[in-house]
Amino acid sequence: MTRPGFVLEVDERTPPLLVHSGESFRLERFPLGTRVIYPAESLPALPDVPAAIADALDNPLGDSKPLRELLFSGMRLTIAFDDISLPLPPMRTPDIRQQVIEQVLELAARAGVDDVQLISANALHRRLTAGELKRIVGERVFRSFYPEALVNFDAEDRDNLTHLGVTPHGEDVEISKRAAESDLLVYVNVNLVAMDGGHKSTSIGLASYNSLRHHHNPHTMTHSRSFMDPRHSEMHKSAWRMGKVLQSNVKVFQIETTLNNAAFPSQYGFLTKREWEWSVKDQAMAVGMSKSIDRLPAQLRRKVFRDIVADYGVTSVQAGEIEPVHERTLQHVHRQQLVEVEGQTDVVVFGLPYIGPYNVNSVMNPILTMCLGLGYFFNMYRNKPLVRKDGAIILFHPTPWEFSQLHHPSYVDFFEEVLTATTDPAVMSERFEKQYAEDEWYRHLYRTSHAYHGVHPFYMWYWGAHALDHVQDVIYVGADRKSVERMGFRTASSLRDALAMASGSVGSDPSITYLHSPPHILADVR
Amino acid sequence: MKAVEVYRSVPRYVATRVLTQRTPLAQGLAPVRYVDRREPSLPGDGWVRVKPLLSGICGSDLATVSGSSSFYFSPLVSMPFTPGHEVLGELEDGTRVVLDPVLGCAARGLDPCASCAAGATSRCDRVTLGHVSPGLQTGFCADTGGGWSGGLVAHTSQLHVVPGDLPDERAVLAEPLACAVHVARRSGIEKDQSVLVVGAGAVGLLTLLTVRALTPAGRITAVAKHPKQTALARELGADEVVGPSAVVRGIRRSTRAVVVSPERGRDYLLGGVDVSIECSGSSTGLDTAVRTTRAGGRVVLAGLPTSGVDLTPVWYRELEVVGAYATHAGDFATALELLSDERLSGLTTSFHPLTRWREAIDEAASAGRLGLAKVGFDLRDGERGAA
Repeated sequence: MTRPGFVLEVDERTPPLLVHSGESFRLERFPLGTRVIYPAESLPALPDVPAAIADALDNPLGDSKPLRELLFSGMRLTIAFDDISLPLPPMRTPDIRQQVIEQVLELAARAGVDDVQLISANALHRRLTAGELKRIVGERVFRSFYPEALVNFDAEDRDNLTHLGVTPHGEDVEISKRAAESDLLVYVNVNLVAMDGGHKSTSIGLASYNSLRHHHNPHTMTHSRSFMDPRHSEMHKSAWRMGKVLQSNVKVFQIETTLNNAAFPSQYGFLTKREWEWSVKDQAMAVGMSKSIDRLPAQLRRKVFRDIVADYGVTSVQAGEIEPVHERTLQHVHRQQLVEVEGQTDVVVFGLPYIGPYNVNSVMNPILTMCLGLGYFFNMYRNKPLVRKDGAIILFHPTPWEFSQLHHPSYVDFFEEVLTATTDPAVMSERFEKQYAEDEWYRHLYRTSHAYHGVHPFYMWYWGAHALDHVQDVIYVGADRKSVERMGFRTASSLRDALAMASGSVGSDPSITYLHSPPHILADVR
Repeated sequence: MKAVEVYRSVPRYVATRVLTQRTPLAQGLAPVRYVDRREPSLPGDGWVRVKPLLSGICGSDLATVSGSSSFYFSPLVSMPFTPGHEVLGELEDGTRVVLDPVLGCAARGLDPCASCAAGATSRCDRVTLGHVSPGLQTGFCADTGGGWSGGLVAHTSQLHVVPGDLPDERAVLAEPLACAVHVARRSGIEKDQSVLVVGAGAVGLLTLLTVRALTPAGRITAVAKHPKQTALARELGADEVVGPSAVVRGIRRSTRAVVVSPERGRDYLLGGVDVSIECSGSSTGLDTAVRTTRAGGRVVLAGLPTSGVDLTPVWYRELEVVGAYATHAGDFATALELLSDERLSGLTTSFHPLTRWREAIDEAASAGRLGLAKVGFDLRDGERGAA
C-alpha cells in the first residue's frame, strides 16, 4: 500500500531534514512548528508497460479511432515526442517514449506507412545531440531514422513552418510544416507534472516564437495561477485556444504517459525516504555525502549527479483525443503528487536540486535557479500559493556565476545586459525581448549548435513573474552573493540568517513551510 | 640643476628591452640616470625658460625607458635627453603655463612646412632640422631639457597660459587632455555611431571624456582592467565597461554582431562598432580593436602599439586605420576649457619628488593596478620636489 503525501509539523524529535542545494544537499534543522510537506510514496508501476501501451493504442479515449485504423499506406505520418527536458532526472532506459514509439512504428509498418518522420518537439529549447536522441528513442529507432527522418524541430526554419491561423484572441498558431501537413500527427508525451501535456504538447512543443510570444510573456505568466493547474493557468488557456486551431487543421493522436515518484535510483534511496525511516545505510550515505560531496572537484561532483538515472515506473498510458486523454493523465498525476495542505504560510522554503528542465547535461546557471525556484517550485500548487501574499521565499542553492557558453549563450548576455538594467519582467520584455529573439547570432547557434533560443532566458525570467509579483522577499541560502545580487535578491549563510533577514517582511516569528521535494509534490492549498 | 636623463648605452638598452620591459627600473638596467647638469641654453629668439612645477609620466616615456619603443623614432630624438613632455611650468615672471611639446617649424626657426602652416604641427616634417637638435617633442631633444628636471627651455609658440583658478594637479593634465581632444577630432565619429575605447589609463579615460563632449557618439563601450578604472570610465562617459576578456562578447551584445572562432587565435566579430579607439598602447589592445570593428569602420590609434598585430581584419573588413599623434592648433585651447570639468578631479594622481624617480617610474608602470590615473613629479619645492 502506497502511503500518501502528508504534512509534518517539526517538533523536538524531528531529525535534521534533507534539503537539496544544487550539486549538494544539506541536513537542516528547521524551527519548531515548521510544516514539512512530504511527497507520496511511489505508486506501483504498471506490471506490463508494453501491454498497457498496446491497450491504449487500441482503445483510445474520446472520439478517436484506434491508432491502427488511422494508419494507411501512402500516408504521411509524423511522430513528435517530448524532448530531453523530461523526465528529470532522465529515466532508466528503455525510455517510455522509446517503448511507445516502437509500438507506433510497428503499427505503421504493418499498415504499409513509408513516409514517417520523428520530431523532437523542442520548441525554443536546444537541439538534442545524436546521443541524446538515441537515448530517448532507443538504438533500433535511432539507427533506422537518424538523421534524415529523426530530427530536432527548428523553430527558426521559416521555410518549414506553417501558419495555421489565429485564435479568437488573435494568437498566431504557427507550427512545424511537416506536422501541419501530415495526415496524422502522433504525439508521445511524458507527463511528469501537471503542467505538461494536453494541447501544450503540440501547440507549444512544435511552435515558433511567433506563436509562443502570445503566452510566454509577463502578463500571461503572472496570471497563470498556477502553471500546475491548467484550469487556472492563462498560459494553458492560450495553449488550449491554439490547440483548437491546430486540431481543426491537423489530425492529432495524443499518447500521454505518467510516472511514479521513483525519482532516484535505489542506491540513493535516502533521497526519497522520510528521514526518520532511514536505515543505517541510508544514514551513512546521507551524512557521508552531505559532508564529502562539497569537497569533490567540481567536475567530479557534477559527474556524480549527472550519472544519476531515475528508477521511474510508468503508472499510466492513455491515448486518443487530446482533451480526454489529458483529463485522464491529470488524474494519474494528481493520484501521485497531490498533497492537501491547510492554509498558507509566511515563509516557504525550497531546496533546489542539481537539475531542472533546461540544464540536462549542462550547467544550472543563476537564471535557471530563479526559474526553478520561483517558476517551478513556487507554482507547485492548486488553489493558492503555499506562501501568503507579500511573504518570503527561501531558496537553497549555491548559484555560482557559471554559464554554459554552448547551451546558454544568450543567458550570458541576459545576465550582463538585461539584469543590470532591470529585473522587472514587464520592463525587460518591452525593452530587450525582441532584439534577443531576433538576434542573428543566437538564431545561428540555436539552429546549428546546441544553444537555447536567444529569447529563452526571458522566458525563464517570466516563469518567475507570478512569484515576483506575489512575494516581498526572495533569499538564497549558501549562494554566491554577486550572482544573487545581480538578480535582485538577497543571500544568507544559513536558514536562521535568512529568517532573520526576512523578519522585515514577515515578522520575527513567521509560520514556515518546507516543500520536501523532489520527488514532485502538488500542494492542494485549502 | 638636477635632472633625470636618458642616455645612449647599447648594452643597457638591449638588456632593458630583453629583460625588464614594463618594470624598467627595478633591476637598474635601463639607460636612465639622475644627473646634475647645466640648465639648457636658449636656442634663439622666442625661446624662454620654464621652471617645471608638475610633470607627468606618459606611456611613451615608459616605452622609452623600458626600451620597448619602436626604432622608427631613433632618428627623431637626440641623446642624452631629459624626458617629460606633460609639463605644468612657470615662467620667470610667475605666469603658469602648460607646454605643447611638439618641436615644429616655429620652434626650430624655420619657415612653416605645409603641415605647420595648416596648424597641424604634430605632422611637422622638419623635426630633425633647424637650430635645435632632432627631437619630435620636448622631452626627446638634447637641447631643450624636459619636464623631469629643474628647468627647461621652450619656444613661446609651445606655451599656453593656464587660467588662474585651475589647480596645478588638474592643469598638468592639459597635454594628455589636448591629445585626447585631438583623438576625438581625428576619430570622425558621426551621429549615434557606436564607439569602443580600448584601455582606461589616462589616455583612455581622457578620450572617453572628449569623445562624449566633442562628438555626437552613440553608445560608448570602454575596456578597463581594474575596478577604479571601471568606475572612472562610467563617470567620464562610457555606457558600458567590460573587462579585456569580455570585450568581444560585450561588443557583440551591444551591436548584435556575429561571433566567429578561428582555429587559432581570439574570437572576432562579423559586425561590431563603427569606430574603435586604441588607447592602451598594447598590441593586444589593437588586436581587440581590429577584431571588434565593423566592416568599413574606423580604428583610431591613440596609444602606441609596440609589437606586431595580425592585420588581416584591416584588409578583409576594409578598416580605415587612423593615427592620432599629439595635437593640432586649437586642441590645447579646447583642453584648457574642458579642464574645468569637475569630474576630472576624480582622477587620482600621484606626484613624487625628483629624487624618488625610480619609484615614480615603477609606480607609473603599475598605475592602473594601483588605481592611479596619472603619476609624475612634483618640482614646486625646487629640484628635490615636494615631500
